[in-house]
Amino acid sequence: MNRSFNKSQTLRYLECSAVEVKSKFGAEFRRFSLDRYKPGKFEDFYKLILHIHHIANLEVMIGYADVHGDLLPINNDDNFFKAVSSAHPLLRVFIQRQDEVDYSNFGTNTLSRKKKALVTLRNDNLRRRPHINISMPHDFRPVSSIIDVDILPETHRRVRLYRHGCEKPLGFYIRDGTSVRVTPHGLEKVPGIFISRMVPGGLAESTGLLAVNDEVLEVNGIEVAGKTLDQVTDMMIANSHNLIITVKPANQRNNIIRSSRMSGSSGQSTDSTASHHSLPTSHVLQNFHPDEMESDEEADIVIEGGLEPQHIPKLHSLTSSSLSRINGSSLSHRLQRDLVLNNNSGRESNGSIHKLLSSLKTDPRHSLVIPRGGIEEDGTVITL
Amino acid sequence: MGTGTQICPQTEDVAEPFCKGASCCLLPGDTAEQLLAHWGSVTLECFGVAAPESAPWCKGGGLLCDSGFGGGSALTPLSPQTVEHGFPSQPSALAYDPWLRVMAIGTKAGAVKLYGAPGVELTGLHKETATVTQLHFLTGQGWLLSLLDDNSLHLWEIYQKEGCSHLEETRSFGLPARPGSGAAPLITRVTVILPMAPGTVACLGTEGGAVYFLALPSLVLLEDKTLLQDEILQSVPDDYRCGKALGPVECIQEHPQDAGRLLIGYSRGLVVLWDQSTRTVQHLFLGNQLESLAWEHSGKNIASSHSDGGYMVWAVGGSGQRTQQPITATVPYGPFPCKAISKILWRTCESGNPFIIFSGGMPRASYGDRHCVSVLQGQRLATLDFTSRTSCGTNPAVPGLGFPLPSSLFYFLFFIQQGFENPRALVVLVEEELVVIDLQTPGWPTIPAPYLAPLHSSAITCSYHISNVPLKLWERIVSAGEQQSPRLSSAAWPINGGKNLAQEPTQRGLLLTGHEDGTVRFWDASGVSLKPLYKLGTANIFQTDCEHNDSLNQAGEEEWPPFRKVGCFDPYSDDPRLGIQKIALCKYTAKMVVAGTAGQVLVMELNDDKSEHTVSVATVDLLQDREGFTWKGHDRLAPRNGPITFTPGFQPSVLVQCVPPAAVTAITLHSEWNLVAFGTSHGFGLFDYHRRNPVLARCTLHPNDSLAMEGPLSRVKSLKKSLRQSFRRIRKSRVSGKKRLNAGSPSSKEANAQLAEQAGPPEVEMTPVQRRIEPRSADDSLSGVVRCLYFADTFLRDATHHGPTMWAGTNSGSVFAYALEVPSQEKFSERAVEAVLGKEIQLMHRAPVVAIAVLDGRGNPLPEPYEVSRDLAKAPDMQGSHSMLISSEEQFKVFTLPKVSAKTKFKLTAHEGCRVRKVALVSLASTGTEERVENCLACLTNLGDIHIFTVPALRPQVHYSCIRKEDISGIASCVFTKHGQGFYLISPSEFERFSLSARNVTEPLCCLEVSRLQDTSCLRWVRPRAPHPPWKHPVVSILASSKGAQESPGCIWFISPRSSEEVERNMRNASEDEMRPAGILIK
Repeated sequence: MNRSFNKSQTLRYLECSAVEVKSKFGAEFRRFSLDRYKPGKFEDFYKLILHIHHIANLEVMIGYADVHGDLLPINNDDNFFKAVSSAHPLLRVFIQRQDEVDYSNFGTNTLSRKKKALVTLRNDNLRRRPHINISMPHDFRPVSSIIDVDILPETHRRVRLYRHGCEKPLGFYIRDGTSVRVTPHGLEKVPGIFISRMVPGGLAESTGLLAVNDEVLEVNGIEVAGKTLDQVTDMMIANSHNLIITVKPANQRNNIIRSSRMSGSSGQSTDSTASHHSLPTSHVLQNFHPDEMESDEEADIVIEGGLEPQHIPKLHSLTSSSLSRINGSSLSHRLQRDLVLNNNSGRESNGSIHKLLSSLKTDPRHSLVIPRGGIEEDGTVITL
Repeated sequence: MGTGTQICPQTEDVAEPFCKGASCCLLPGDTAEQLLAHWGSVTLECFGVAAPESAPWCKGGGLLCDSGFGGGSALTPLSPQTVEHGFPSQPSALAYDPWLRVMAIGTKAGAVKLYGAPGVELTGLHKETATVTQLHFLTGQGWLLSLLDDNSLHLWEIYQKEGCSHLEETRSFGLPARPGSGAAPLITRVTVILPMAPGTVACLGTEGGAVYFLALPSLVLLEDKTLLQDEILQSVPDDYRCGKALGPVECIQEHPQDAGRLLIGYSRGLVVLWDQSTRTVQHLFLGNQLESLAWEHSGKNIASSHSDGGYMVWAVGGSGQRTQQPITATVPYGPFPCKAISKILWRTCESGNPFIIFSGGMPRASYGDRHCVSVLQGQRLATLDFTSRTSCGTNPAVPGLGFPLPSSLFYFLFFIQQGFENPRALVVLVEEELVVIDLQTPGWPTIPAPYLAPLHSSAITCSYHISNVPLKLWERIVSAGEQQSPRLSSAAWPINGGKNLAQEPTQRGLLLTGHEDGTVRFWDASGVSLKPLYKLGTANIFQTDCEHNDSLNQAGEEEWPPFRKVGCFDPYSDDPRLGIQKIALCKYTAKMVVAGTAGQVLVMELNDDKSEHTVSVATVDLLQDREGFTWKGHDRLAPRNGPITFTPGFQPSVLVQCVPPAAVTAITLHSEWNLVAFGTSHGFGLFDYHRRNPVLARCTLHPNDSLAMEGPLSRVKSLKKSLRQSFRRIRKSRVSGKKRLNAGSPSSKEANAQLAEQAGPPEVEMTPVQRRIEPRSADDSLSGVVRCLYFADTFLRDATHHGPTMWAGTNSGSVFAYALEVPSQEKFSERAVEAVLGKEIQLMHRAPVVAIAVLDGRGNPLPEPYEVSRDLAKAPDMQGSHSMLISSEEQFKVFTLPKVSAKTKFKLTAHEGCRVRKVALVSLASTGTEERVENCLACLTNLGDIHIFTVPALRPQVHYSCIRKEDISGIASCVFTKHGQGFYLISPSEFERFSLSARNVTEPLCCLEVSRLQDTSCLRWVRPRAPHPPWKHPVVSILASSKGAQESPGCIWFISPRSSEEVERNMRNASEDEMRPAGILIK
């Protein structure tokens, strides 16, 4: 200890670019140093940690204590760099097995203030509940988001529903109705489209962002006014892979009050996920966005045939099954089989299908942009 | 040059964002420079990304920019509809003008249609949608008087503009309620109209028995001439009074020699001869309940028909006479009780006995359900039976047959010649067809009509159009048709007035309609009138229960009355499985494929001679041993064994039957490869008809699909349907119940008000219709239906070798591509065709695939088989990379070939909320030069709009609203032609023709020579209305210098006012005109 401390101190003293690292796994400590300005990649760091602690076959979570004593995770290049650069004087690293991670510790003042009564009480409360393994944010995929908050009137809400796989139906119904508009001639009743019903357990209900009697104003940037119920239905279904609905919620009490007015016009951000959807001239959107915006879903599946010569059936094929045998060995069957082989376990099946499908894709552009969960099938029901 | 002539028809389109580029260059009044600048900027702005790739293909930015250069766009402006073909739906009135030789037909929808010589057609539509109950020409003057069932009279004028005749309503008139006799409006209901000889006055007979006189064409009531019943009753002795009143006026006839005397018949049986000048009754006749009256030409006799089925002939003597006994009284179909004779006509004939023609009068018990017209000349009697075949006794429950033949639908044409009338032809308009009988040829045969063909003589199930038919094939089809129905009458078509000014059709177009009874009819669709050419029957190769040995035609000589079946309307199919679903015809080899409801696919060849041969039968199993499926629909049609005799025409050589026998949903034919592909709801097959050998069968069924096996008369479906219908009915009855509440009579209103009070607030919120938002899933029902099939010589395996391919698209967005090994022509008999699966494509949005087409390296569609080898089309570019256009119900996509990667796309549903129903690649030629042809994608949506896109860039160009979106059968029946025209059914019996091309427009342009006594053309300006847009008839300007019309003497032509002052002046004149009762203004 002493020796290494001296060494590190000398190092630190001599070349200020080195950062001393003290890493703890269970009861074991390891010490090494990193370059403060060129710490390298998180991946390499992770490998180094596993190597140093001789735990190459374990899945671990890496955390560190920041200047306030909070336990924060290191799981990407950014927070790794942050951890190294802010280390003062040394970087204390804590390693936990993936399955033993107590996520409730992260972000709280676990290290320095653990003993405080209030915290203890809360931890006790938590402990009484059954242990839920909550993964890190990057393990989640979004199911919905509110977008364009900065450019819409506060009374409106633009909701994006991400539909991944077939697990959940979109789950809502729309109907005709009348809404009241303020016009130069006073109040006017105009026909409108409303959400009429939510399917319990459906995607729309589970997001909590849409509700019965919300008026639908736009579908993927196209105004609904003047369109019939059937037209709007067709538009929503045609956009169902990436549905963006602008609604006027029936309940106006949960509106997001934004502070953009205070910050002035400069507060209008332009880099929100789909802000060009709301450009006032929607025709630009219509002419422009198809490729940029929607290529993420349009990955039609193309399967190349073997093109090996096949046996040709003879006449009087009414009873003969020769044709069926030929066609029975068709590509889809092969594909299905492959898919089944690739389906290892439930959680990973989606990913492997997508890998397979994207490897099948002939268009490199599409295979690059294909999102996780962007394909509607799961392994067993692909029918080609 | 010519900029601004092609003006965007629907200015609201300008606001449509997606066609911004297109409409920009169409703004009226732009100069060429502005236009180009406009286009250029838009191109940069909107299509900046796409411009480089499409630049070589559409120089200058696209199709519509053409108008900037060549003085004419390739697209037609305004509403695309041009002309209606077929028989008007629900006709209700007929009139004939012997001077103009033009007839007019009114319909229940309020339309008025004029027909003269083939090609001469004028159409008008009343503003009110009410039934036209009567039509009367003011002979020779080009005015037409119509009576609607709302008791309003309307005057129509045939006027000339730019050398062409048009029909327009100029004014209307309603008979005022009789002063004093307040409440009952029935009193003044018009029952009879008689325009009197000089055409300046019309008599109106009414329900109340009064006769009114109306000045023409001003439609001003001549009050001092009105003849009320009281005046008649004064000069009628008591024993001639039929009760208190005489009843409604049933008939008014002018004395044939003396226009001052009118024969007025009242319903209760009294007939008076009224002298207008002295206002006295000259002669009285008293018969039975009266139906109709007719003068003999000399004016010495009259005939009256009665409700007891008899008619009487009376002698007309001097003044002051009373006659109670007719010369003769006969009940022609007695002695048992007969139905009324609703109309009688008497025409003298130079060569013998006069014609007496009447409708009705059939024995009530035995033939009371028949609609007959009897023609009697001396001892010769023919009973023309217009009743369609199945309705006579065997099937009385069929709806739609119970309509009596209205008396107005019965007209008679004649020629006045030296004191005799010498009738030439009898024209009978019945509900579903028009029949013309030649009265000058012995045997009284029918004259085939050159238009008004009853398209729906059996219900139309599909249609198919072929443009540019080679002359040889055309002549062979025409001759086959002539041999089929030899002309019995040598008489020319008698209704031949007017002059057809339309250009001779530049090419021959053939429209094929498939019918429910298994027939395919060939129509000449080159011009304005749709002429029948040939009829092909397919029922005779199958064993059906009902043999067409109708006892009607073979009725014995001794049968009384001597029925003769006339007309061809026979909408009842013996076997629904015979129905034709799909047609394909190769115009170069005269090979045809016809596919039907029971999975039958017939390969046919045109043979000019009679033939007797056996049709070879093959069966293709499309289920491919899929387990768990049993077909619950109809059986397949049993083919007849042994050789069958075929008349000259298309004769079947091979019959392929699909198993299960579901309706064929797609077919395609490649005559060069001798292949036919067909698909049903279960899968598709490929058949080599040269070797008579199946090549391929592929099942497309989804394992979970239960509905596909149900067949057309499914119990599951019908249960679902009936449930849905009953819900709708409940909803509807709620709505209509509410309506009735408002419209009820005063007493019931009170009762209802009380009820309503009890029931609570009257505004009961109805459960609204709601729609589920859920994307298609893989196991939706009927996902395996094959929607389209396509043959192409293209690159499927690699980019260096092209070869025959077959493509199939299904309801669930799957596309299958097969590489075909087709042996060369010489080796066709030795080697078999082979098919190898090349690619399977699954569209992620899973919408049904509507069409597939391959575009060559230049972006043009591939030519049809034989077109290149016969030098009829440019060879496709096989050097550049081909691309494939897939059109689904939701979007269009162009993929590269052989490597299938998306190139361009347009998501119609996502943007517009409409779905694709029909698509076609059309070539539109510019009006400027014919050489400038652009290929476009025309698309009809479920909202009835037609959109035009460029290919392969898929840029929206323009859209028109064409069909009402409620008209589902109209949208389903739409068929596009190669050159930008199209047809759709507007009623079961009528095709509407539309044109997207400004160059290829088929519309009636005609001229009628009107001799008008007075020019009252200014009448047309009485009602201010939007003037005709100058661009309405793009072709008009070319033909404006037509002769003939202007040269005829005695005609005063209306010239449409140029300036607004002139319009105003005319308006003022017209209003002054209204002040003066005579209303005559001579320019």
